[in-house]
Amino acid sequence: MENQKPIIHRKDLHWWELFYIPQIINGMRITLSQVFRPKFTRQYPEEKWNPPSSFRGRPVLVEQNGVERCVACGLCSRVCPALAIDVQASETELLKERYPVRFEINMLRCIFCGFCEEVCPEEAIVMSKEFELVFRHQEDAIFGKDKLLIPADKLKDRLEFLRKNR
Amino acid sequence: MVKITIDEKVFEVENNLTIIQAARQNGIHIPHFCWHPTLSVSGNCRVCLVEVEKMPKLVIACATQVAEGMVVKTNSEKVVKARNAVLEFILINHPLDCPICDEAGECKLQDYAYKYSVGESRFDFDKVRKPKRVELGPNVMLDTERCIMCSRCIRFCDEIVKKPQLVFTQRGDHVELTTFPGEKLDNNYSMNVIDLCPVGALTSKDFRFKSRVWDMSSTDSICVGCSRGCNTKMWVRNNEILRLTPRYNSSVNQYWMCDHGRLNTFKHINSPNRINAPMIRKEGRLIDVGWDEAIAKAASELKSYKKSEIAALGSAHATNEDNYLMAKLMNFIGVKRIDFLPHLDENNKDNILLQEDKSPNSFGAKTVGVKPETIEYSYQHIIEDIKNGKVKALYVIDDDIASNPGIAHVLPKLEFLLIHASNENETVKYADVVLASSTYAEKHGTFTNFSGRVQRNKPAISTLEHDRVLDNMSLSRLDRFGAHNDRWTRGIKRDTRATWRIINSIAAILGAKWKYNNCEDVFNEIAASVTAFNGLSYSKIGNSGALISVTKEQAKVRL
Ligand code: SF4
Ligand code: SF4
Ligand code: SF4
Ligand code: SF4
Repeated sequence: MENQKPIIHRKDLHWWELFYIPQIINGMRITLSQVFRPKFTRQYPEEKWNPPSSFRGRPVLVEQNGVERCVACGLCSRVCPALAIDVQASETELLKERYPVRFEINMLRCIFCGFCEEVCPEEAIVMSKEFELVFRHQEDAIFGKDKLLIPADKLKDRLEFLRKNR
Repeated sequence: MVKITIDEKVFEVENNLTIIQAARQNGIHIPHFCWHPTLSVSGNCRVCLVEVEKMPKLVIACATQVAEGMVVKTNSEKVVKARNAVLEFILINHPLDCPICDEAGECKLQDYAYKYSVGESRFDFDKVRKPKRVELGPNVMLDTERCIMCSRCIRFCDEIVKKPQLVFTQRGDHVELTTFPGEKLDNNYSMNVIDLCPVGALTSKDFRFKSRVWDMSSTDSICVGCSRGCNTKMWVRNNEILRLTPRYNSSVNQYWMCDHGRLNTFKHINSPNRINAPMIRKEGRLIDVGWDEAIAKAASELKSYKKSEIAALGSAHATNEDNYLMAKLMNFIGVKRIDFLPHLDENNKDNILLQEDKSPNSFGAKTVGVKPETIEYSYQHIIEDIKNGKVKALYVIDDDIASNPGIAHVLPKLEFLLIHASNENETVKYADVVLASSTYAEKHGTFTNFSGRVQRNKPAISTLEHDRVLDNMSLSRLDRFGAHNDRWTRGIKRDTRATWRIINSIAAILGAKWKYNNCEDVFNEIAASVTAFNGLSYSKIGNSGALISVTKEQAKVRL
């Protein structure tokens, strides 16, 4: 055959390398030197981790003055590469005219990319620090407004981070 | 004819055209807000500026007539700069409303700003504020801030409807659209201004905030509100129709449709009173049954009567195919009493689109054979004969006959009433067997309008009979990429069937050896056996319809 792959020969080892014992001793030396260094292991879940503001946890809706900032424009839903977001708009008496009667994120679909946060014209959906998500049923993974709405002052870290890095 | 050059291409065009028309005829798009092919030229938006050689300044393409040897540039440096400037001017006072604006996604201003502007504004001051959420009439909302003062809506009312209702007040950047004092935008065609408005200043009250346009699929359809048969688009999300918009057809409805057609011809399809499965009356109550049982019952009952005791009513609401098979089945059994009820209302007619016939297919029903051979088999006589006991069994498709005056009280005289119905209605109350029929939005078929134009209708809503993906129906992004367990793919799918298919099943039990796999097979047989339809096919009908051949006598008895 024309494009046959070249045959790769096993490296010819020196008798000193074939002997192995010195290699093993060297390995043990590295291991032993690590044993006496300080520990890095975190005792999760007893010991919780507080992620930095750049962390992308589950997306949440920002609540201000008791209502969501969201105007149900549907841009997050449109940009979401995983089709996780479903928004149904309706009319409100408030100045913003439009609000989401239903806002659902399917957390089994979400890939935590943060595109929704990036596209939102109202800074109404942001990535939180929450990353512990466990469900027993598919239905439980669909988060409605009850689970999504978080008051703005609890999201200060992220909102500041976003302004700084705009 | 004159020779002109547009963007270095030479065209020969008629000499009474404007540059924008000549360009359009030849597939060159010159951006425009205020110009519309059917309205007078206003020339106020200035976005159609083009360069014409030997003219000192740029000219507006909508108001400049072509001339021999004219050389037009639609994309020269000067034009590009001017267009950008025009858009910058328009955007000075246009609010940043896209996130809450229903027009977003189909907005000319969005599109042009994206395509023809550099996207930067040098305006640092406050925008002019004007009233928002103004109800212009029963069906149309106005957001005065969003208006770009193109005057299309005003010209539409003045020139097409011939009912001046809208007007500008104030001057300069304070110009406001409003209705004349004491007037409302309440003409029968008012909602066309929503489609005409190049921005989201005029929006539909009915559709307000229901869906983003990019989340819906659209299916070419036909309005069934009257015998005009306006061409429409049906916008669907989650297997639910959310709005209808007109679709251009030069020989039927131009760019328009009436408000009645737009608002009242689709709500029944998703209404809670839909009949979702066939029903049989047992001990006085209608009980849901399976299709096999219902069809067997219908056939055996029909068989148990003498053919002179049976009468049949086709329907001007049903398609040509449905009516053809109805006539064919009656012919097969030997039933002579066959007709359909007309739905005429003189007050319904106007000089624009609306026709006095409030059903879409009277002409078609008659032409494919739903008509009495002699006057004594006509529907008036059928009703008389029910009264005097000559007719004992009645078969009705897709028509609420009991809601017509003088019919309801006759129906209890019948021994057996078999109907096809899509919604609970007066007739259902008297029926012994109700076969759940698909609405026009759920089936294939053709309608013949008042002028003899056959037009095709396609399913936009999926039922157990029509699968959105497998049956090639139009798909939205969500339909395409959703999984079966996504919420938006869970819209109701009903167990209804097209009337022609139901008749076909009944005929099979009664011993007819028909072979139709789909609606097109039925149409092909109509085309072969009904003279007026000779030579027609679904592909010939296409998107804009095809005329049947009508003799003068036929034309006279159209209704
Ligand atoms: S983070 Fe990404 S995947 Fe998750 S909802 Fe937002 S856009 Fe969708
Ligand atoms: S992009 Fe923002 S404002 Fe728009 S629907 Fe999503 S969360 Fe709401
Ligand atoms: S409301 Fe719309 S159609 Fe009417 S003038 Fe304003 S922009 Fe033009
Ligand atoms: S004119 Fe007739 S066919 Fe046209 S939209 Fe109105 S009701 Fe429908």
